[in-house]
Amino acid sequence: MALGEADNGGRKTSAGRSWGDFVFENISKLSAWLVLGILLGIIVSLIVGSYPAIRRFHLGFLVSGQWNPVTQQFGALVPIVGTLVTSAVAMLIGIPVSFGIALFLTELSPVWLKRPLGTAIELLAAIPSIIYGMWGLFVFAPIFADTLQPWLKSRLSGLWVFGPLFQGPPMGIGVLTAGLILAIMVIPFIASVMRDVFEVVPPALKESAYALGATTWEVVWRVVLPYTKAGVLAGIMLGLGRALGETMAVTFVIGNAHNLNVSLFMPGNSIASTLANEFTEAIGAMYTSSLIYLGLLLFFITFIVLAFSRLLLARMKQSEGR
Amino acid sequence: MIDLLHTEAKTAKHLRDPSDHRKNPVKLSVRNLDFYYGEYRALKSISLDIMENKVTAIIGPSGCGKSTLLRSMNRIYELYPGLRATGEILLDGRNILSRKQDLNLLRVKVGMVFQAPTPFPMTIFDNIAFGIKLYERLNNSELADRVEWALRKAGVWDEVKDKLHYKGTSLSGGQQQRLCIARAIAVKPELILLDEPCSALDPISTSRIEDLIVELKSDYTIAMVTHNMQQAARVSDYTAYMYLGELIEFGDTDTIFTRPTKKATEDYITGKFG
Repeated sequence: MALGEADNGGRKTSAGRSWGDFVFENISKLSAWLVLGILLGIIVSLIVGSYPAIRRFHLGFLVSGQWNPVTQQFGALVPIVGTLVTSAVAMLIGIPVSFGIALFLTELSPVWLKRPLGTAIELLAAIPSIIYGMWGLFVFAPIFADTLQPWLKSRLSGLWVFGPLFQGPPMGIGVLTAGLILAIMVIPFIASVMRDVFEVVPPALKESAYALGATTWEVVWRVVLPYTKAGVLAGIMLGLGRALGETMAVTFVIGNAHNLNVSLFMPGNSIASTLANEFTEAIGAMYTSSLIYLGLLLFFITFIVLAFSRLLLARMKQSEGR
Repeated sequence: MIDLLHTEAKTAKHLRDPSDHRKNPVKLSVRNLDFYYGEYRALKSISLDIMENKVTAIIGPSGCGKSTLLRSMNRIYELYPGLRATGEILLDGRNILSRKQDLNLLRVKVGMVFQAPTPFPMTIFDNIAFGIKLYERLNNSELADRVEWALRKAGVWDEVKDKLHYKGTSLSGGQQQRLCIARAIAVKPELILLDEPCSALDPISTSRIEDLIVELKSDYTIAMVTHNMQQAARVSDYTAYMYLGELIEFGDTDTIFTRPTKKATEDYITGKFG
């Protein structure tokens, strides 16, 4: 800075500038550390809150299907399975559909349709989740029970291995319905991220693939997708994160029953909806503590999913060559 | 057949050197080509012939339509809405601008290399295998042979043979561009379009690619756009000079560079303008 002061030639003094730099640097540093601080604070308070339940149930909590407030016996298996299964259903449907939307918007759509369609998808993301929940319960579930569910049952319930997933009474609500609502909710997130990353692929790269006689599908599947895989995976993770933690919409349609069922038609429960439903009526320290334990588990599941996606990305990069 | 005769008659009229024509039949013939970006007419009634096993260079100042002309030859412009070409482009006598033309098959026959190297996000081997696998069913050893053949042909084999499983992007710019040429050759096209293939490269890489272009013409027909007149003079057999969407002069390179018939051409090549 001493050098700067020597010839500041009528500009702001370098002392003034370095003061501004100092303030700016520290504000931004503070913001960055704040994130870590908040994260740490949440983990610590979750652990503290769930400590009584951890001490009582240990890791057996994870594999116990019991959830009995009367006997104060709690286990997380049903909500964990519910969370994972609904999210898996959401991803299974959401990822291909989002890919199709992004592909259409970037490669196939006529110009006049691009903007309205893109905006519509972003608007879909802006709808509050409770609206999805209400719509799911009052509109989607009855229609689903009358049409698609019986159809799925008649077509798929006889299948080997997968058959049992589609057995049981078509009630409209249940794990499958929750998964479908989640799929609708995550599609705008995944699709808009995919579209954004597809759009930054250099035109020359796509042209080179087309110039070799590749079809649109081959260009997107074998050049655009590998080129954008980090962004695509980030979009999928964004959607998965939302699906895992989604509360209101799932609570409306999942059925909120602490039963473990093979059938996707049967009601179940997810971690988030258990928390939303039962916190207000949790009587006794062990009940509350068990719910916080559930929250801690949700946190870990999300964390593991994130770590797994990093690993996946690293492996995909390897296949691309050194 | 009648079509073919018709083309030849036209060609004979068009060319300055009829003896040359007999040795080298026309590979691609552009007839009264107009090109529109929306309402804007970027090419004005262009007619020229690309001779088989020769290098044809298209020169001219920026925005004269030389890339547009090249990009009409494999209809890559079709990727973008609002672009259209009218007139005829005859590849071996068949009009590729016809609506019935299968674009993918056309692009297998007419390869293209772009300004900046565009290696795909995959290994060097897969970069070359990409195009081959689209249209041919080869077993692993045949595929490996073809990849090696293409890389050798593009003069980059010795540099990459030990790192075929490395990323295409790990190569230097010049190597990447030769990789892209190898990729274009690998599908055995009949005509190769080079769109300013050296503009992003250093002088040494440029001269290697120029040598390569000269070598390749024994097997392929080459049309290239360049803004470098020395390059056109060094590697091409025929030169087309374009200005503001019009073909000002077209003929064999020696004539164009030593005795241009038009004042405009002379001004451009002597550097008075452009």
